[in-house]
Amino acid sequence: MSGIRVLEAGPRALLVELDSGEDAEAFHAELLRSRAAGELPGVREIVPGARTVLLDGVEDRALAGRLRSWTVPPPSRGAGEAVEIPVVYDGPDLADVAEVWGVAVDEVPRIHARTEFRVAFCGFAPGFGYLTGLPGHLGVPRRTTPRTRVPAGALALAGPYTGVYPRPSPGGWQLIGRTPEPDALWDPGREPAALLTPGARVRFVPAGVRG
Amino acid sequence: MSAGIEVVRAGALTTVQDEGRTGWAHLGVPRAGALDGPARRLANRLVGNAPDAAVLETTLTGCAVRVTGTRTVLAVVGGAGCRVTVDGRPVAWGAPVRVPGGAVLEAGPAVHGVRGYLAFAGGLEPEPVLGSRSADLLSGLGPPVLREGDVLPLGRPGGAPRVDTVPWPGVPAELVLPLHPGPRDSWFTGEALRTLTTAAYRVSERSNRIGLRTEGPALRRARDGELPSEGMVLGAVQVPPDGLPVVFLNDHPTTGGYPVVGVVAEAALAGAAQAVPGTPVRFVRA
Repeated sequence: MSGIRVLEAGPRALLVELDSGEDAEAFHAELLRSRAAGELPGVREIVPGARTVLLDGVEDRALAGRLRSWTVPPPSRGAGEAVEIPVVYDGPDLADVAEVWGVAVDEVPRIHARTEFRVAFCGFAPGFGYLTGLPGHLGVPRRTTPRTRVPAGALALAGPYTGVYPRPSPGGWQLIGRTPEPDALWDPGREPAALLTPGARVRFVPAGVRG
Repeated sequence: MSAGIEVVRAGALTTVQDEGRTGWAHLGVPRAGALDGPARRLANRLVGNAPDAAVLETTLTGCAVRVTGTRTVLAVVGGAGCRVTVDGRPVAWGAPVRVPGGAVLEAGPAVHGVRGYLAFAGGLEPEPVLGSRSADLLSGLGPPVLREGDVLPLGRPGGAPRVDTVPWPGVPAELVLPLHPGPRDSWFTGEALRTLTTAAYRVSERSNRIGLRTEGPALRRARDGELPSEGMVLGAVQVPPDGLPVVFLNDHPTTGGYPVVGVVAEAALAGAAQAVPGTPVRFVRA
């Protein structure tokens, strides 16, 4: 890991910026280990972003200097069970995505379903994960006109990310399918409340094929 | 019948708020909680509650609630200044009042400030979600915005309050927000940073629990392009494409893609919670 920049976000928070999403993922994992070991007193929130990790509740201003000197192992791959999400690839933007990818429409589900994803970070809504895994050349732009209502369970692409909408909301992502089980994504009465938590491995299983 | 309150007049926007939910930002869960934390704590103290008990937060127009059951409930209305009545008879604002079972406590429209706080001995006890009873208006967690006829249970009162009078802060005519630059101040021109800390802004009427929006000179960026989504803190001053600073309040999104030019220290945000639209805003170097 080459660059670790530590920026102040007000008097009580630090924003650690890394060179890549992968580095940010590794740094996030290391921060969680460090907090579990009691080395980050006061830190209430550790929030991964696309290339950053935010630490909120920092009591010790000297922490910034220590973080800059961290050496962090690469994120461990293949550890733990992958979360499987059943999907039906029948979204209204399949043809648009196929065109951007330069493939036939029925190739989009095949490529997507054989990709192993990871939750890079969460946000937008409780239970919404930004999933990485598609190779860089398969990025897609957001729709020029966002939809006013995207249904719960919609499977969508934007930039390098895949996401599944936990509840209906406006949205500008390209819709390629849906999960028949949208309620599984977020349940505050369950521990953990979110199906998709940062770092989790994720696979999309075409519905009817699972098992 | 156990003690509770029934909403008689819901007001423009009345929600249940406690200290909010922390520790879940990585799952996209906003912190929520009372916008004017000191006012909520003072109100709880005056009725003998723990500081983190849940209260009602009103917005500009107050609200009215009936005490259900037969018990007399100690209550207080604080935060935004307003006329307070019990069954139509004027009672003290900002001090504990006894509301008999069946009687209606009303907080009138705010005469200064925006957010009023109604605390009841025992505290409001709707079902907690992820450890908090706060309504979160960004993501819809917690009890919904109150409507006429809603009933909320009250907890068991603790001991008698140790104080019956406290100094309530006034509402300043000008909102001064001490600003810590960063983390993305380098995305703005030097002129924009000077503008931010010298120009006169005003509180926009489009402000809400998510953010205090401002009106004034737009801030110009030194670099184009999108900022990859990153974590956002309470008090972050985010600058969307229109260039007008938005100060993030308790229901702010946990990650965002617009650059944060600076962060307002938490202690100054109680003032932001009480600043009516049109109030002059000055960002000063912290």
